Amino acid sequence: MPHDHHDHSGLSPSGHPYRADNDTPLSYWQRMEIAVRELLIEKGHLDAAAVAAQIDAMDARSPANGAAVVARAWTDPAFKARLLDNASQACRDMGFDIGPLHLIAVENTPDTHNMIVCTLCSCYPRNLLGLPPDWYKTREYRARAVREPRAVLREFGVDLPDSTTIRVHDSTADMRYIVLSARPAGTDGMTQDQLAALVTRDSMIGTGLPRTP
Amino acid sequence: MPERVRVKTIMPPGHVRIPAYLRGKTGVIERALGPFPNPEQLAYGLPAASQPLYRVRFTMDELWGTAAEHPNDTLDAEIYGHWLEKV
Repeated sequence: MPHDHHDHSGLSPSGHPYRADNDTPLSYWQRMEIAVRELLIEKGHLDAAAVAAQIDAMDARSPANGAAVVARAWTDPAFKARLLDNASQACRDMGFDIGPLHLIAVENTPDTHNMIVCTLCSCYPRNLLGLPPDWYKTREYRARAVREPRAVLREFGVDLPDSTTIRVHDSTADMRYIVLSARPAGTDGMTQDQLAALVTRDSMIGTGLPRTP
Repeated sequence: MPERVRVKTIMPPGHVRIPAYLRGKTGVIERALGPFPNPEQLAYGLPAASQPLYRVRFTMDELWGTAAEHPNDTLDAEIYGHWLEKV
């Protein structure tokens, strides 16, 4: 039971370490964020509700948005051409509010597999897909994805033959990336919604493949 | 014939968006992305002149030599024009 006596220094009933309470002093940048936010509110440039609304808007974004984009590209050749030409505009045309996001879609083909990383920090197409998974931000993924992408892919369960060229994309600057996977076999006649359910978050990062029906 | 470029080997202090593992490496321009404000000034709130931004494609052989898993796999990164020199 959650509130039976237990030892907080050990593991939770589900076997995970307890996260320490955030009792440490604020860092310089945490104090700076609070100071700037309070000044902006005091001076009437925004209010707390507006800050909360932005957090809600970001939390409402999810990989489902990207899955809808990919599924449409699988079924609509004209849209796919627009997506590969200008992915930001193609997403906006579908009604997604992606703000100033500069998006590039990279296409997997029978002989090419694409994979996304940001070695410098954690750049990710948040305005389309929402927040990145924790592992995407780890030093381990960031360092290994560019040096041994095939080993990393195998750990994700994707074992590609030597005949497949792997293209790793390091989002070092102003662009963000989404992988357009190949449409899985056996999906003829499926609707866009049914297809979108096959598109996983990891398939859009390139560390996974879409589900098969 | 794609344009061959080399990333400069300079190591300036401050906010730089060119990963160290690409310094001195040669690749080809995959596409030009247009002008973007230089983050080396933007990060400090300074007036930032625009720089042309390119996607540059490197082979894993160029980056890692014999340690590469597969020499013909590639790495694409966005590099600002003032960091590139023609080869």
